[in-house]
Amino acid sequence: MMDETIRFKLNDHDTELVIDPNQILLWVLRNHFGLTGTKFGCGIGFCGACTVLIDNEPVRSCMIPVSDIQGKSVVTIEGLEKDGKLHPVQQAFIDHDAIQCGFCTPGMIMTATGFLAKNPSPTHAEIVSGLEENLCRCGAHKRIIEAVEDAAATIRGGNGK
Amino acid sequence: MKTTGNTGNSASSTGGMKRRSFFRILGGGIVLFFAPWDALDLMALPAEQRRSLTKDYNAFLHIAEDGTVSCFTGKIEMGQGVITSLAQMMADELNVPLEKVKMVMGDTELCPYDAGTWGSLTTRAFGPAMLAAAAEAKAVLVQMASEKLGVEPGRLEVNNGVVSETGNPSEGVSYGELAKGKKMEKYMDIKPPVEDYRKYSLIGKPLKHVDAYDKVTGRAKYTGDLRLPGMLHARIFRPPSHGAKLVSADISGAEAVAGVKVLREGDFIAVVSENRDLADLAVVRINAEYTFDELKVNDSTLFDYINRGEYRANEVASAGDISAAPQLCDRLYENEYHDPYLAHCSVETHTALARWEGDKVTVWASTQSPFGLQDSLVREFGTTNEKARVITPFLGGGFGGKAASQQGVEAARLARMTGRPVMLAWTREEEFMYDTFHPASVIKVKSGTDKDGKIVMWDYNIYLAGTRGSEATYDIPNVRITNYREDRTKYPVHPFGTGPWRAPNNNTNTFARETQVDIMAAAAGIDPLEFRLRNLKDERMIGVLKAVAERFGYNSWEKSPGRGIGIACGADAGTWVAEIAEVEVNRVTGEVKVIRIACAQDMGLCVNPQGALLQMEGCLTMALGYTLTEEVRFDGGVVRDRNFDSYKIPRFSWLPKLECVIMDRMDQPPQGGGEPAIIAVGAVVGNAIFNATGARLFRVPFTPERVLEAVRQSGSPDHQPAGVSGSPSVNSQSEGPMVSRSEGQVKMKTKKRPKRQGRRTK
Repeated sequence: MMDETIRFKLNDHDTELVIDPNQILLWVLRNHFGLTGTKFGCGIGFCGACTVLIDNEPVRSCMIPVSDIQGKSVVTIEGLEKDGKLHPVQQAFIDHDAIQCGFCTPGMIMTATGFLAKNPSPTHAEIVSGLEENLCRCGAHKRIIEAVEDAAATIRGGNGK
Repeated sequence: MKTTGNTGNSASSTGGMKRRSFFRILGGGIVLFFAPWDALDLMALPAEQRRSLTKDYNAFLHIAEDGTVSCFTGKIEMGQGVITSLAQMMADELNVPLEKVKMVMGDTELCPYDAGTWGSLTTRAFGPAMLAAAAEAKAVLVQMASEKLGVEPGRLEVNNGVVSETGNPSEGVSYGELAKGKKMEKYMDIKPPVEDYRKYSLIGKPLKHVDAYDKVTGRAKYTGDLRLPGMLHARIFRPPSHGAKLVSADISGAEAVAGVKVLREGDFIAVVSENRDLADLAVVRINAEYTFDELKVNDSTLFDYINRGEYRANEVASAGDISAAPQLCDRLYENEYHDPYLAHCSVETHTALARWEGDKVTVWASTQSPFGLQDSLVREFGTTNEKARVITPFLGGGFGGKAASQQGVEAARLARMTGRPVMLAWTREEEFMYDTFHPASVIKVKSGTDKDGKIVMWDYNIYLAGTRGSEATYDIPNVRITNYREDRTKYPVHPFGTGPWRAPNNNTNTFARETQVDIMAAAAGIDPLEFRLRNLKDERMIGVLKAVAERFGYNSWEKSPGRGIGIACGADAGTWVAEIAEVEVNRVTGEVKVIRIACAQDMGLCVNPQGALLQMEGCLTMALGYTLTEEVRFDGGVVRDRNFDSYKIPRFSWLPKLECVIMDRMDQPPQGGGEPAIIAVGAVVGNAIFNATGARLFRVPFTPERVLEAVRQSGSPDHQPAGVSGSPSVNSQSEGPMVSRSEGQVKMKTKKRPKRQGRRTK
């Protein structure tokens, strides 16, 4: 396979990469850019640990070739913090202690960030269905739902934060 | 204190290497050494698994020049939160701010020996000894301050890491100042642990995870996140099943992939590449032929297969006279409970990074037993402890599955074959294939009650599960508990590896015991809470039952169609736990929805109530898997479940309302917290299904098919109560109801025939 030039935005920075376009985005992020916050969990999109935002949509990075991000914007967990301030979803995960082993956490946060961007006033049921395809084995589900509810309030501006 | 100053010759013989590395790695300061943690090791493992310890002193604390206190422990952090609770205990005993305490965990070169992080032992076994050591360490630091300030130790106090004369805080000296410019070693022995924890101020306070910031920003490093210069990614070519033997392999397809190298040593074939994708691509291009020699058992035939087996039996407990007991019984009950294989499913797969420098190997690994992996490396490569170092970064979950660390040896082997550092992260398919599953098991119980509803007989037989949680629990005069273990020379059962799975064996035993007790309560027409209280003497078990009933609102709960509640209790890792669940059963589809679970836990001193609460919630949530869906499908040595598409673990939509109570026991030593709440969920949900439908389930998980079948059988008008005296029959499928009832009382039409029951007892 011939290498191709992929131009895209990575965590707000214009990026250019000459690479085999079939390489999997997850491994490119982890091994080429050292962005290891995006985790490998199952390799076929079932667990959500590898979730990143592509043009604000949560996407399983273990499932797509790097050629798919040509001209697009990719945000990983490392790109959420702005000017030393955590994203409201990150902050809410800390506030609610919505973390145990932490391995599913980046994927949870990226998934929640993606759907809150589209729907900042989700119902409880919408949060549950929004997170349904992300797996957590430690059983932090209760706290994760509470954190996302809280983050939604902050994003809407009604949380006094 | 044994010696002070810079000599410390007692450590120079066997541990010199270890000691020298300290100041190289840590710079200056004060290092406090303690004798081996023999008390801990005795508690942690049976004798045959304990390795001989060096009779040397191990570093325990390092006080740096900036006042940072590093605490070295062989324990690891896998989400259970001990990185927070151990730091909390250290900060409290040493009187330093929490943020000054740094936990150095699971590094075999720096940390004292530890058998492994399991059994909810970290807080209950390690914690008190650690506190005692910290108290000794503080005494040493106060002594040093006394010499510096010219004030007697008795007149000194410590606040926020500063030692000063009581009433004169402005002229103190900080731990950091004491350490400045020094390379000092102090040797101490641990005094007996404290017994009253009420003197502490930070212990007992709820603290959030100290590692939270790193974990929400992607900064936290797990093994797979590490990078070394020249590092290669590896994939190992795996056989299709356990029991498959390689005959021939064609590796030409893999070799044709540019950027990949194929490695082979006999049956061991692997591909390595600087790109993980290329290794993935190449490994599937290897073709091979095998011969197969597997056990003829699959998930459908499993329990018949187990019941036909020959086992090594030993009686683990007995009381009274079990053979005469049936004559005391008004009613007898004989039931069999089935529990399948379960996978661990940590979201992080087994991962290791290995590097050789000359003849020394260093392995970073996701392992619950860094020293166990070190032992494996020593065996595999014929080396010594000094030349095999294991370092444990954060673990992405363990649950017992990472007590086995085969991947660490594999990575080291590949690193030796390539001469470069090798990263090996198992795929999800490898994770299922080489998991050490929770063992499938059968429990057979014969029990009986007298006319007052008192349990007077308990004949409990465990096949393969193991004994944790198998205590009779209730106050029963005639007891026999027999453990039947696999004898692979006579009758091999498990076609693959088995091992500990969160609260190992106790889920199985609590499911069997608490279902059996519920059956007896229902047959006696006694409320299941009242029946338990009537048969218990253990005050702390009674305490958690009453607490959970109050929290749930047991007495005021009102039944509605399709709904039911169940109760169960048990003990694990020194902790008492009682639960009440409310379920909704769909009689058309057989689906069970758990609506609420209340849980009360008496864990002695609770070091970090916030962390303990998270562990309880985690246990209750994770338990829904083994209760409702999880069982490994297999055919001989072929594990058919290979990913999360077919093996269903709990999701957000399953989440019941969770209501947890931790009893206030500041006056009692701390007990385990990472596992206890998981043990009773199978029983409590099963008992609630019975309350909702009148159907009994004897096999977890309660899949819709099994629920429908049980409901169908319990609803059939000509169904005879089975398993009750007069119609004693062992239902080998254990799928059907043993006691049929509509809501409320069971009408016993059958006659007592205790003698016949007695003869049935082998």
